[in-house]
Amino acid sequence: MENEDDKKELKTVSKVNLKEDFQSSGVADILLELDNSLIGLEPVKTRIRETASLLLVDKARERLGLVNESPTLHMSFSGNPGTGKTTVALKIAGLLYRLGYVRKGHLVSVTRDDLVGQYIGHTAPKTKEVLKKAMGGVLFIDEAYYLYRPENERDYGQEAIEILLQVMENNRDDLVVVLAGYKDKMDKFFESNPGFRSRIAHHIDFPDYSNDELLEIAEVMVSGMNYKFNKKSKEAMAEYIEMRRKQPHFANARSIRNAIDRARLRQANRVFNNSEGPIGATFLSQIEDVDIMQSRVFSGGIDK
Amino acid sequence: MRVTQGTFSFLPDFTDQQIHEQVQYCIDNGWALSIEHTDDPHPRNTYWEMWGHPMFDNPDAAAVVYELNECRKVYGSHYIKIVAFDSSPGWESIRLSFIVNRPTEEPGFKLNRTEIKGRNIQYSISPYSSDKPQGSRYK
Ligand SMILES: Nc1ncnc2c1ncn2[C@@H]1O[C@H](COP(=O)(O)OP(=O)(O)OP(=O)(O)O)[C@@H](O)[C@H]1O
Repeated sequence: MENEDDKKELKTVSKVNLKEDFQSSGVADILLELDNSLIGLEPVKTRIRETASLLLVDKARERLGLVNESPTLHMSFSGNPGTGKTTVALKIAGLLYRLGYVRKGHLVSVTRDDLVGQYIGHTAPKTKEVLKKAMGGVLFIDEAYYLYRPENERDYGQEAIEILLQVMENNRDDLVVVLAGYKDKMDKFFESNPGFRSRIAHHIDFPDYSNDELLEIAEVMVSGMNYKFNKKSKEAMAEYIEMRRKQPHFANARSIRNAIDRARLRQANRVFNNSEGPIGATFLSQIEDVDIMQSRVFSGGIDK
Repeated sequence: MRVTQGTFSFLPDFTDQQIHEQVQYCIDNGWALSIEHTDDPHPRNTYWEMWGHPMFDNPDAAAVVYELNECRKVYGSHYIKIVAFDSSPGWESIRLSFIVNRPTEEPGFKLNRTEIKGRNIQYSISPYSSDKPQGSRYK
């Protein structure tokens, strides 16, 4: 009985207009924003566009009564630190919300410590709390492989994994899980946890940024904070990027953000020490090459 | 005898989808939700057992339905209700409460008559099910 009613309700239209759906759902806006706000990442953007089309078509089929079972949307993002995984996850949450695959569209970002407890009986409630908070949205698990510690057979991570797998399977309509981390470690993680591999439909690789891309990212960040480079400080930034990349703990765009934060600090110091009398907005927002050149990277040190 | 109490007592039992929508309404109003269960349906039994903590910060109703299903796994033969609390007056006050699970068989209540002074009669009711000890009432 109920099934028949369902079918009737589903098939409410006889024609769909994909282009119109694309615009009216707001998916077009999000993809445009993704293109504009993120520098580089071409393979990632292509994959997301493909996935968005697939999901849009799926929804259209559903409205025509061509019922398919709800697709698996769980994803894995692999790439080095600071390659924009969290940022993209946030965009995907918005995308899935517009497409009607999640009800709220918020992103809950966690690591092992948020899921795994310290003593017996601590882990299950902790994991469930996080899962419940993420329902209606996207759960982003950074460095997911730390959940699995085969060297310690009594590690509570296994308990979190089991609950996670269960919910990923049984509550597919309620939340989307994104596992993120370094590529090689993720690959190993999936090898030893086939349960995850089979539940994840979309694997997306995040490439490292080129020096040019990082410089472009630096410019976007700087103007986003209402600061400006000039020709000389831009050159200094380019040089900084080249040197910083060769150092340990290089974290792509995140390293750039940190460098800019420190440059702002030095800029403020410089402006404060050199200014007598009233100064204008131009002066306050100009980042000079000295603000960058004073970094430890240029004197053989290491920037975090 | 079908026990009724709470906000939607005059309606047939809700489906999970309907429960989801009511709960979402509560969440969108900023109310905290609690799941409570009992095997003593006496109308004056106001303190039911709590299933975990009240839930304050889950934006989506799926979280509550998830806990409800967990609770059903353990207490599927009991009464379960969902209670919504509003803390905006400065204290937690119940805004809404409704039964979401009930035993398959509800034997109902026995009416007791006690004759007291002056041939007056004092009435009381007691659930047939509560003759058995707590925990073994509905199987
Ligand atoms: N393509 C890009 N264009 C502009 N800004 C970017 C880009 N990629 C990353 N960023 C910025 O770099 C910072 C780090 O990015 P993000 O946190 O998304 O990286 P991540 O890959 O998730 O790192 P981790 O997994 O180590 O947390 C953020 O401030 C983000 O805004």
